[in-house]
Amino acid sequence: MSEDKDPSDEVVEPPSDAEDVKAAADRDEPTPPAKPTPKPNPSTAPKAESKPAPKPTPSTAPKAESKPAPSTAPKASTPAPKPTPSTAPKPTGSMAPAATGFKALVSARYDIPDAHKLEVAERHGAYKVARRALMGMTPEKIREEVKAASLRGRGGAGFPAGVKWGFLNPGPDEEVYLVINADESEPGTFKDRTIMNLDPHRLIEGILITCYAINAHRCWIYVRGELAHSIAILDQALAEARKKGYVGARPFGKPHEIEIFTHTGAGAYICGEETGLLNSLEGRRGEPRLKPPFPAIKGAFDQPTIVNNVETIAAVPDIVEMGGESWCNLSRLAPRDGGTRLYGVSGHVKKPGIYEAPVGISMRDLIEEYGGGMLHEDRPLKGVIPGGSSTPVLRPDWKVDAPNEDHPLHKWHGMSEIDVPMGVDTYRALGTMLGTCCAIVMDSSVNMVEATRNLMRFYKHESCGQCTPCREGSGWLVDVLDQICSGKGSASDVETLADIANNMMGNTICAFADGTAMPLLGMVQKYRDEFVEAAKAGTPLDVRHDASTRDLLEGAA
Amino acid sequence: MAFALTPEREKEVDELLSRYPTNRAALIPILWVCQRQLGWVSPEVIQWVADRLELTTAQVKGVVTFYTMFHQEPVGENVIWVCRTLSCDLRGAKAIQEHLEGKLGCHAGGTSEDGKFTLLKAECLAACGQAPMVQINDDYHENLTLEEVDAILDRYASEEAAQ
Repeated sequence: MSEDKDPSDEVVEPPSDAEDVKAAADRDEPTPPAKPTPKPNPSTAPKAESKPAPKPTPSTAPKAESKPAPSTAPKASTPAPKPTPSTAPKPTGSMAPAATGFKALVSARYDIPDAHKLEVAERHGAYKVARRALMGMTPEKIREEVKAASLRGRGGAGFPAGVKWGFLNPGPDEEVYLVINADESEPGTFKDRTIMNLDPHRLIEGILITCYAINAHRCWIYVRGELAHSIAILDQALAEARKKGYVGARPFGKPHEIEIFTHTGAGAYICGEETGLLNSLEGRRGEPRLKPPFPAIKGAFDQPTIVNNVETIAAVPDIVEMGGESWCNLSRLAPRDGGTRLYGVSGHVKKPGIYEAPVGISMRDLIEEYGGGMLHEDRPLKGVIPGGSSTPVLRPDWKVDAPNEDHPLHKWHGMSEIDVPMGVDTYRALGTMLGTCCAIVMDSSVNMVEATRNLMRFYKHESCGQCTPCREGSGWLVDVLDQICSGKGSASDVETLADIANNMMGNTICAFADGTAMPLLGMVQKYRDEFVEAAKAGTPLDVRHDASTRDLLEGAA
Repeated sequence: MAFALTPEREKEVDELLSRYPTNRAALIPILWVCQRQLGWVSPEVIQWVADRLELTTAQVKGVVTFYTMFHQEPVGENVIWVCRTLSCDLRGAKAIQEHLEGKLGCHAGGTSEDGKFTLLKAECLAACGQAPMVQINDDYHENLTLEEVDAILDRYASEEAAQ
């Protein structure tokens, strides 16, 4: 959820992550370099040198970024006229590892022109691992490697993919299905689109290996309906792979039929919930199902089904190639949370975009090192929503309170919340969630009540409506926030908000209500003064975060 | 007036049906095919799809009303979705929306008088790193400034005029 406030005062230097050193991943380098040191001067773009992405000056920043390497995607941000945008991949943010010596894995082919074409991708290593895996490895062996990799699901929940696969126990008449969740819609999250647009063959290769490993013969990629171009790119890539025989009756000559199809959604956030997605795939309203049974037992079309996020599956080829343990050790949080992952950063930073880095960099690294620092030098960080709107906000001036040596965050005791390494377990211990690992950064100009209202409008709009606490509660939250923002609030409104949220949590079929309530509670807890003040003010709130960017829009033109 | 797909689109439907173990699973993709032809999902479309997939019209309508991207009434020649969720709002989406409303002479939810543009507010379109952005028909336009919005609108308007 949403952000929060207060200038980040004095930030402590990031912890020296002594032990979890595998820091910067580098397949070829046995000794991985230490983690990147945050650049003192945010305006110097660290990645500039290594990557072709144009370096934005603060004012033009936004547009510069959108056109990554000119060659990669000519149409980038400059909207082509009507019919044009064809299938050229749209670049999303510039990619570039900031860590010295870091070698990108999932995003390795992002900067290669035309990597969405099979011939180009294959020249750069695509399908090599799948061929070897299908011809030379047993499914058990692949599953072991993925388990050893501690690949935590990249869709938000962070469940270990290898463990999920282990839940399969199909009966003799049952057919196992693989479904890829490409319904990326969590506010703040825009990473899966980069994989589909820039390197669809990595996803397809991951699917082939996974299907073989879990004995599935059919896979659907469920893509949100808005991403028409991503679907076109995937369809084109699938057609090429089919023509080559990689997808079909005998992939690489192996008699293990694998068919892969795209499936188009039509605009519903809840279809990102895995059972809502399955209902939608079956041609129904995307209302989540009661669990158990879990999809691994009874999923799509009543068959055992594994639902994995795009990025999760795109990591599989590298895991199989490197070996699960080596891949895992690229993370600074190995062995529980392995590998590298895509980090997103949006909002008030100079260089919003998607960046690959080892698991376990800090939020401060993400904002300052990768995101290029705060957009306006004179507006310090007020708060950051760490991993999509459903994750409770972090406040830079809040310190980690873990005096007890047994506490998982003891090492960061007394440091800012944004200095804790970003991992599924570390963030849970911090009282938030890593979610999709795509942060929304808010500077001191942001009115946190307005920001909260913005997000709650989203949840109200997207609640599927089947459970009363969620359907009604999400609407009430907006009503109360509207009341506060229109200057008609009263002092008790803040308690009412917390009360509604507390009654939504744990009382519904799926986690949507929790995903609505938790961020709200986080906001109210961390920016309570601002809420109380707004409720008492008696005048409508100034939507500061809009006004403050107006000059930017007009000036940048 | 009864609805029917063009022969090419019928072929698309056949291909879609081959992707799934049940016919119903092709419902949403087939509704897309219909909307691409007609521009919206009319009651006749619902009837046609129900007949084709052997579903009731209530089953089809239940699905149509669940998903925001299916238009249940006619829209302009171009549909503009302005993303208003947080990351875009932080970078000025409200100003983009107001500017569009001024240009088109209609509020979000309405259609310009000449019928060329329908303006709608969208929730997160997964382009947060390229905020602010709008989606026009199938295309994303990202990292917008007000001046670019003007240029884009002009381009769409003249494309239409040329056709």
